[in-house]
Amino acid sequence: MFDDLRDLYQEVILDHGKNPRNFGKPDEFNRHARGDNPMCGDKIAVYLLLDQDGTVRDARFDGRGCAISQASASLMTEILKGKTAAEAEALFGHFHDMCTKDDDQHGDHGHLDEEALEKLQVLSGVREFPMRVKCATLAWHTMHAAMHGEEKTSTE
Amino acid sequence: MSLTAARPAPTNAPFDVEAVRRDFPILTRLVHEKPGRPGKPLVYLDSAASAQKPRQVIDAMREFLETDYANVHRGVHFLSQRATDAYEAVRDKVAKFLNAPSRETIVFTRNATEAFNLVAQSFGRAFFQPGDEVVVSAMEHHANLVPWQILRTQAGIVLKIVPVLDDGSLDMDALAGLLGPRVRLVAVTHASNVLGTVNPAREITRLAHAKGIPVLFDGSQAAVHMPVDVQAIDADFYIMTGHKLYGPTGIGVLYGKKEHLDRMPPYQGGGDMIQTVTFEETTFREAPYRFEAGTPPIMEGIGLGAAIDYVTGIGMGAIQAHENRLLAHATERLSAIDGLRIIGTAPGKAAIVSFTIEGVHPHDIGTFVDRAGVAIRVGRHCAEPLMDRFGVGATARASFAMYNTEAEADALADAVKAVKEFFG
Repeated sequence: MFDDLRDLYQEVILDHGKNPRNFGKPDEFNRHARGDNPMCGDKIAVYLLLDQDGTVRDARFDGRGCAISQASASLMTEILKGKTAAEAEALFGHFHDMCTKDDDQHGDHGHLDEEALEKLQVLSGVREFPMRVKCATLAWHTMHAAMHGEEKTSTE
Repeated sequence: MSLTAARPAPTNAPFDVEAVRRDFPILTRLVHEKPGRPGKPLVYLDSAASAQKPRQVIDAMREFLETDYANVHRGVHFLSQRATDAYEAVRDKVAKFLNAPSRETIVFTRNATEAFNLVAQSFGRAFFQPGDEVVVSAMEHHANLVPWQILRTQAGIVLKIVPVLDDGSLDMDALAGLLGPRVRLVAVTHASNVLGTVNPAREITRLAHAKGIPVLFDGSQAAVHMPVDVQAIDADFYIMTGHKLYGPTGIGVLYGKKEHLDRMPPYQGGGDMIQTVTFEETTFREAPYRFEAGTPPIMEGIGLGAAIDYVTGIGMGAIQAHENRLLAHATERLSAIDGLRIIGTAPGKAAIVSFTIEGVHPHDIGTFVDRAGVAIRVGRHCAEPLMDRFGVGATARASFAMYNTEAEADALADAVKAVKEFFG
């Protein structure tokens, strides 16, 4: 019944959705923001620990949402560790393009970590589901808000 | 006039769902067709968000535009008179549909939401003092909450919230307890868009009126699922919307007792609602016209009239009986699914089933059942405080209408079962 949903709900996504990594509020963080998708009711919070030179030492999240938003947040926190703020923003730019634009429409986001790109690729299926793009990007929007010292963000 | 050329509305014959379905062109379409893959038949279970339209409504609007359209209440010419007569005839139809005592108690608005804002900004702003209280319930749609919060900011009123019991019914004891000396209005839904709960309207007005408090009902859902008699329930205000009643978007209705409407100031200013205008002073028309500023939703009114003809031709009682059968069947099928929780199990509820599944987020449920052709609503349903009350971020909601069948309830249950298996 659901064969063509396999592109969206790949095993990796189901796994991260069910067993999200880096889940839970950490004891130590110096950037954080809450994200809200009013349409579907997803709410998450992203906690970052940046060191002196702006590198992400730790990234965690909590909250609730659909399999797509939970998996996206989980994958994001894995990817962010060790990245600079600028690298994180560039990855967000790439990810946003991946979710919303055809391949030939993607912007130039500079040199990006190949391993991170490969990891994010599992979410590219969301491109065919415009109603679900906000689920995939909520964590990234929230990360962006945290980096910029905004307490709260919304994908509506 | 030419409107009668539309296919006649069905008469009060035994309810025949297949005949009803033939009147709704959209129900024959397939969804998710792709080259090399046949589409799925549409199973439309989202009528509480907006109902589909029968051909009678579509034809009435098209024929009106093709033969009788002009602005209303203005011209002396032939078409203006035709259009005015047709539009004003709908006011009579609405009055009869709600059993309102007169056509003057029926105000047309652009939607139900505008009707709430009208009451808040006219009745509320004119007559409520700082510290006065408005009682709403925890199961309100945002449309019956946010206008009062805006009024709270403007006029210093206090909002009191009637809690909801675990089965989704209104806590009537708590409601009675909230009816203190500062309460100026009770504003509650007649039927919940999330829980399906039908609130005891007559009991609520009896309690409130004993304290001299008027009552407003949100009938957006109730007026679609059951016969409504505003005099029998003694409503002071009753709000409904066209697009959930198989009519078009862009038109809503506010019923108000004449004693209230006659003393309420205008809500918006503009043409059509005035008597005389000079730069120094303007006098306003009588109710209901005083509340209908500007060119009204004319075509939409014609569509609403056709929708009312359609449902009354079938009979609201017959529609209710059919939907109750669907509700019973859907509840039985869904309840049998392990880990599925139905939110809202009050006795006598309308045909709306909100549910969650352990381990699967409603948004995922929605995407999956959609692939099986089943259209449901997922999310907060414009009732965020109610989601909090039941400790859920969101629910999936199937809402049934006169054109749905037991086989469609089965299709939903089968799809939901398959989703659950997919997520293991």
